[in-house]
Formats: sequence, C-alpha cells, structure tokens
Amino acid sequence: MDVLNALVAFSNFVLVPGIAYGSQLALGALGVTLVYGILRFSNFAHGDTMAFGTMVVVLVTWAFQGAGISIDPLPTALLAIPFGILVTIAMLLGTDRVVYRFYRAQKVKPVILVIVSMGVMFIMNGIVRLIIGPGDQRFSDGERFIMSARTFKEMTGLDEGLAIKTTQGITVITAIIVVLLLFWFLGRTRTGKSMRAYSDNEDLALLSGINPERVVMVTWIIVAALATIAGTLYGLDKSFKPFVYFQLLLPIFASAIVGGLGSPLGAIAGGYLIAFAEVTITYPLKKVLGYLLPETLAPDGLVQLLSTDYKFAVSFVILLIVLLFKPTGLFDGRAH
Amino acid sequence: MGAPDMSDPYGDRGNKDRSITKDSGAELKPGAYSGTPHEGAAGEPFLIGDAMTGGYGAGPDILHNCTVAVEKGEIAVIVGPNGAGKSTAMKAVFGMLDLHGGDVRLGGTSIAHLTPQARVSEGMAFVPQTQNIFTTMSVEENLEMGAFIRRDDFRDTMAQVYDLFPILKEKRRQKAGELSGGQRQQVAVGRALMTQPKVLMLDEPTAGVSPIVMDELFDRIIEVARTGIPILMVEQNARQALEIADKGYVLVQGANAFSGTGKELLADPEVRKSFLGG
Repeated sequence: MDVLNALVAFSNFVLVPGIAYGSQLALGALGVTLVYGILRFSNFAHGDTMAFGTMVVVLVTWAFQGAGISIDPLPTALLAIPFGILVTIAMLLGTDRVVYRFYRAQKVKPVILVIVSMGVMFIMNGIVRLIIGPGDQRFSDGERFIMSARTFKEMTGLDEGLAIKTTQGITVITAIIVVLLLFWFLGRTRTGKSMRAYSDNEDLALLSGINPERVVMVTWIIVAALATIAGTLYGLDKSFKPFVYFQLLLPIFASAIVGGLGSPLGAIAGGYLIAFAEVTITYPLKKVLGYLLPETLAPDGLVQLLSTDYKFAVSFVILLIVLLFKPTGLFDGRAH
Repeated sequence: MGAPDMSDPYGDRGNKDRSITKDSGAELKPGAYSGTPHEGAAGEPFLIGDAMTGGYGAGPDILHNCTVAVEKGEIAVIVGPNGAGKSTAMKAVFGMLDLHGGDVRLGGTSIAHLTPQARVSEGMAFVPQTQNIFTTMSVEENLEMGAFIRRDDFRDTMAQVYDLFPILKEKRRQKAGELSGGQRQQVAVGRALMTQPKVLMLDEPTAGVSPIVMDELFDRIIEVARTGIPILMVEQNARQALEIADKGYVLVQGANAFSGTGKELLADPEVRKSFLGG
C-alpha cells in the first residue's frame, strides 16, 4: 500500500505535471529546431512569438466568452487557436519580409541572424505588452479536472490523490496530434521533403530546382502554428504572462540543444528530459520517500534539491553538461 | 591556429558556435555575364562553352578564351594538370563563374545570362564533385528530390535509374550518407538523371574512389551515354577518361592546350609526354 501511495504521490506531483510541461517544451523546441535547421540560426524571438500567438488566442477567447460562444467542458481557447495561428503566421511572414529577407539577400553569416532575431524579440515583446499589458491573464474555462484528487481517493481508497487537470490532458493529446502531423508532413509530403533537402544541402537543393523562398515561407507558417499551440497550452495550464514566455526561451533552447539542434525527434526527447529534470529536482520528495523508506530513515527535511526559484538553473546546468560532453546533442541533427 | 582577430568586428568570430548557428556550406553563387551572346554557328555542338574568359568577381581571370563542348550522344572529357581550371570551366558552363568574354550555348541558343537554377529548368543537370547527395535522406528520397521540378509521374524515370544502378534499388530505403563512396556517386548521378536532362555534367565523378569502383563507375557512365544523354565531365584520371571519351579537352592554365577525339589525344606524343606519363 505504501509503495502504491508513493507511486501515486510521485505521479501526481512529478509525472503528470512533467509530461504536460515536457509536451509544451517539446512543441516550443520543435519550432526552434525547425528554424535552426532551415534558416540556420537560433531564433531568440521564439519565446515572444509564443507570447504573441497566445495573446491573440487570449483576445479571441475573451471575445468568444463575451459573445457566449463556448465548447464546454473544453476550454474556449481551443476554438480560438486557429485564429491565433493565422494572425501569428501573418506576423512571422511580415517579419520575414521586412527583416530577415533583407539579411538573407545579403547572404549574411548566421551569427548575424541570431543578433537580428534578438532585435525582433525585443520588438515583439514590446508589441505584446503594449496590446495586452505585462500582467497575468487567465483565460482558461470549462471543466477544471478530468479526475480530481478526491474522486481518485474515493475510487481507490488510497491516502494519496491523483489529480489530472483538463489542461494537462488537452496538452498531451494536442502535442501527440501535432507531432504526428509534423512528422507526416516532413517525411511524406513533397514540400516537407524539400524542406529536409534544403536543410541537408542548400546548393544541391537549388540544383534540384527547390525554391528557397518557398521553403522559408512554409517553415515560418509551421513555426507560427507550433509557437501558438505551445504558448496556448502553456498559458491554459498555468497562466498567460508575457515575461514568463520570454523566460521560457531558456528551457526551450536547452531542450532543442540537448536533443540535438536540427533534429525534430531530439527536440521532443529534449523537451521531456528538461521538464522532468526541472520538476523532479525542484519538487520536495519528502512525501514520496516517507512512504518508501522505513520510519527510522524517513527524512526530516523536505528533500527538495533546489528551490523552485532555481528551476531555470536546472535547464542551464543540463545544457552545460550536454555542451561539454556531447555538444551535438542526443540526436545529432547534423549527421553526415 | 592564431587567436581570433578581435579588431575585426565583421570577421568570422562567433560564427562557428554550432549551438546558435548552422553553417550552410553553400557556395553556389550565380555568376555575372558581361560578354556578347550570339547565335550559334550551324552544326556546332549541342552544348558549347565558347571562348569563355572570366574569373570570380574582381579577381584575376582563371579562364582564358577556353572552349569546351559536347555533341549529342557523346562523352566529352576535360582533363589537365592540377589547377588547370578544369572544374572552373565546368562551373563557367553551368553559370557559376563571372564571364566577361565568350558565350555558353545550349542547342544553338545563348544561356550565358541564366542562373544555374534556370539552366536546370533548361534541361542541364550538374553533379558537383563533393556534397552531391542529401546525406540525411534515403536513396529514394534523393531521387525524388532530383525530380522536384517535374510535376508529371516520374516513376518510369526512377525505374530506369534503378535499372542503371541496381545497387540503389537494393538500398533505396537506406540513408544516402551511410553508403560507400562509389554508391554515393551513383546516387548523385541518379539524382541528376531524374530530371531527364538534355545534357549531364559530371565534376570528377571518380574522385576518392578505389580503382575497381572507378572502372565500374566509368562503365555506368558509358551506359548513361548510351541512353542518348550527352555527358560533359571533368576527370582527374586522364588516361581512363580519354579511353571512354568521344572528345577530349586538355586544359593548361585556364586555356585549351590540346583537343581532339579521345583516341587522338591518347596517341598524341606531346599529350602523352606531358599528361599521361609517357
């Protein structure tokens, strides 16, 4: 019974939140890794692209809520996501037209594009705060739990409860669908294959008649969709605050790099790795260990390895370790 | 390895950090053309780089009044010592060199002002010396990408390529980057054939492969030529190349030194003495 209780407590506080957070990071990291693979630079504006997309979703959700449109028990935001994606696509294609295309035409070194993306990041950051303000926004509605801790306890008779939030369930299901769609697109369609070809060998892609500008356009469209979906899922699960999205850049980059920049599979693996590391290390394990260890060995303290204030340090340390020992990441996106 | 030059803000510093940037390795640059194009003479070869003169940008000329050409249904080979401008002549024909003299004509029409991509659409196919396959993609995907500009059904062409290179059919699901050197070259040529080109250009197709594989590749190239596709190629292995060539060009310092049929060149005492080791 104690083992079961420990397992349930661990699932409730580490496993379930970790899977949800990992899915959100994975979707974010997929966007970063696509831009890296095809446009060949790390896009520092990705966190703020997520914030922009989510902002649009929040505004449309409010409009729907005001008009009494809902898909109860699911959150109204799901209905608003397509609108968010469309506006974000327009935003990214516009940015590409006025900013990135200029630098592409000059054939600048990728490192210059990295700095350019930082400029884009500041501007997008400003736009989002101007429109929706820097504060915390809640836009989640509908049924809160798929299964509450109380129901679980009643069902099983265990002391520990296992709660699964609706947003966590939606996050995982959406992430699975999006990832399957993305892999189908990259692996099976003519356009997807041409994107991989361009990422693999730019000159040969040109000699095969692949149009780089079209590849770049499709990439931005996919990135806009990924960023909006990732941002909205994160916002539903927690809340929407522009600055938090800017901070998300670190775990997202860590996920993409740990997995191997340029490798979509690596981005997903990296996302879960970073998420679980972060949640496990910052969660007080006293309760779980209390069930597992004999009473005499039960810990006195919280057994919290790091305070949650340091959660970003976890991503950073993992990033450093990977860069030191396996700089190409777990899945090498640049294999030759 | 010296310390990076901190005084040059526009240098390459920071650009090798692979955690933020990815080097494209792309070097394909369309060349500028400032010569005077003209209609081809009657009965001239199908593809001709005619009296080409030029170099890269404002640099010195690499080619001097250099002519290479290939007739329909034939194999033409460009040979010469290291640094003679063999590959450069090839690049010039494909529009990757700045030409300020001469002309390039395909089927009697000047194509000297076209970008390399536009020349692909005109029916030219080019296999670069290195980085000539998509290493992370399967053999079959490589062939599909070769056929990218075609919107018709290209399964017949793919079957033909598999007939020419049976090993590729066997390995069609395997990543091209995992194949041996000789097999990679077959993928590269196969990819180029997928457009059903009017002319095929090969830049040192046997570079870096063993003598046995080299012989096999030459056999395959002859087979491709027999299907009616004219082939213009640069070769390091002058003797073997001239043996299969209908036409040969010996370049020295960016200019034509000798030209003739493969047999003539092989028999020419001057050519033998200077390039074929007696």
